[in-house]
Amino acid sequence: MAEVLLTLSGIHTHIGPYHILQGVDLKVPEGGVTVLLGRNGAGKTTTLRTIMGLWTASKGDIRFDDHLITRLATPEISRRGIALVPEDMGIFTDLTVAENMILAAASGPVDVKRLEWIKELFPPIGTFWNSSAGTLSGGQKQMLSVARAIIEPRRLILIDEPTKGLAPAIIKGMTDALRELKETDTTILLVEQNFAMASGIGDTVAVMDDGRIIHSGSMKELAEDATLQEKLMGLSLEAHQ
Amino acid sequence: MSNTAVKPRIEKIPLKEKLFHKLPMFLVPVLALAGLAAIGNPSSWLTLTVAGLAMGMMIFIMASGLTVVFGLMDVINFGHGAFVAVGAFVGFTVLAWLAGWTASPSVMLNLAAVLIAILAAMLITGLLGLAFERVIVMPVYGEHLKQILVTMGGLIVAQQMIYVVWGPDELHISRPQALQGSFVIGEAAIEKYRLVAVAIGLALFLAMRHILKKTRIGLLVRAGVENGEMVEALGYRIRRLFLIVFMTGSALAGLGGVMWGLYQETITAHMGSEIMVLVFIVVIIGGLGSVEGCFIGAMLVGLLANYTAFLAPKVALISTIALMVVILMWRPQGLYPVVKAK
Repeated sequence: MAEVLLTLSGIHTHIGPYHILQGVDLKVPEGGVTVLLGRNGAGKTTTLRTIMGLWTASKGDIRFDDHLITRLATPEISRRGIALVPEDMGIFTDLTVAENMILAAASGPVDVKRLEWIKELFPPIGTFWNSSAGTLSGGQKQMLSVARAIIEPRRLILIDEPTKGLAPAIIKGMTDALRELKETDTTILLVEQNFAMASGIGDTVAVMDDGRIIHSGSMKELAEDATLQEKLMGLSLEAHQ
Repeated sequence: MSNTAVKPRIEKIPLKEKLFHKLPMFLVPVLALAGLAAIGNPSSWLTLTVAGLAMGMMIFIMASGLTVVFGLMDVINFGHGAFVAVGAFVGFTVLAWLAGWTASPSVMLNLAAVLIAILAAMLITGLLGLAFERVIVMPVYGEHLKQILVTMGGLIVAQQMIYVVWGPDELHISRPQALQGSFVIGEAAIEKYRLVAVAIGLALFLAMRHILKKTRIGLLVRAGVENGEMVEALGYRIRRLFLIVFMTGSALAGLGGVMWGLYQETITAHMGSEIMVLVFIVVIIGGLGSVEGCFIGAMLVGLLANYTAFLAPKVALISTIALMVVILMWRPQGLYPVVKAK
């Protein structure tokens, strides 16, 4: 098995009076796609935001590449090579596509070769390079959000429901792009409601419910094991069928 | 992705939305023309219009920092007026030291004295802004009620410190020789100082626009106003960016203080809190966080205050508040509401 890149041990997160994460234990192997499944409200988005430091864990440890990052500020976590594609896409609609991409290259000028690769991966990025990001369609905004996350080489990309609300044809395109990204040895932690899409690109899977991981293992096993799916179905997977 | 048959398309901006962005730009010329129609006499109108634009520019200088500070970090700074007053007093002190230059017939010496006074005021208020942000604002991020109380407290402390350093009396500043008097165009008398104020305000607005649109730090500010959390997730320390913006905003308030002091030729410890009423009106009219909106709002307030003071002095007292009410009835979030991610 590949080396573990990210480890969450007993993570608890409180948001105001709510105890959202109640002891999350998760291992993300390096170089593959780990899919986080779970019904709405299970704590998937909170897990990603806690890893990114946008919400601070009240208890537990997060280790990235064997370094403790639990208490680090978000910009510091980003500089260590973790990028976030949030559920709301986080596009700066007042800026152009170009400006969004320039800002995303936080450590210096945009790498032209890498940008060309991204434009091949997501053609609308090139087509609408000088357009205001606010005028893009939902699917194009999602592409921009992912493109922004990969404009610099990252070790881990946290992607929160990239196919939410997208048309089937766009979902296929997004799936292809993530598959190509996976081939560049980038590790992806993907929150996804679309089980068909998730099982198509996921290597490992973790299922969440009530702020805890209730199952983790190989995606292939879960996809092929109807009994296991049945067992998890009542808890979480019914939302994904 | 390139293999998919999805044709890229871009959503067309509806005419209504285009007009939404363009309409506020016509408000200033429309108000100026309405003023001409109401006043009737072109000479009086020209004098009042230049006076109104000068007043508007000075308010814009003081308000621009406040609106960006609010937009970027959601901080309501009621202490902003302290920087205006301190700036005016520092400027006054420097001009008093350079009395020989300001009384000289040399235009260059006059302008050099004003420039040094402005730079000194901006330096001191910028540093004061640094201390204010670290000591007073930083502990109350995200808590509006506490921000109002604590920044108001900061304003009171600053006013008392002015009493300690400069005494409780109002002080009189004389404009340098070159900035006294008026140009006479036909029957219209246009004060030289007001033209200088218009020139400085316009230059500052264009510089701010350039920085916000064309530089990386400007992009960061605009992105931060919309979604500060995402800016942090991209690897930028938004608190540091905010500190720079806060210091710049404080320094601009200091610049506005010197200019307002030279405009009124009298300065008091309370001048900042008095002008803040107009500054807040302008920030609200423009849309919290919008520099363009703030600029248009300031011009509208300056022109309206001068026109109504000429046409109906009693109405002048409520004209700016009435303007704010009308604008908010039309656009409840101001002329250019800043979209904030939630």
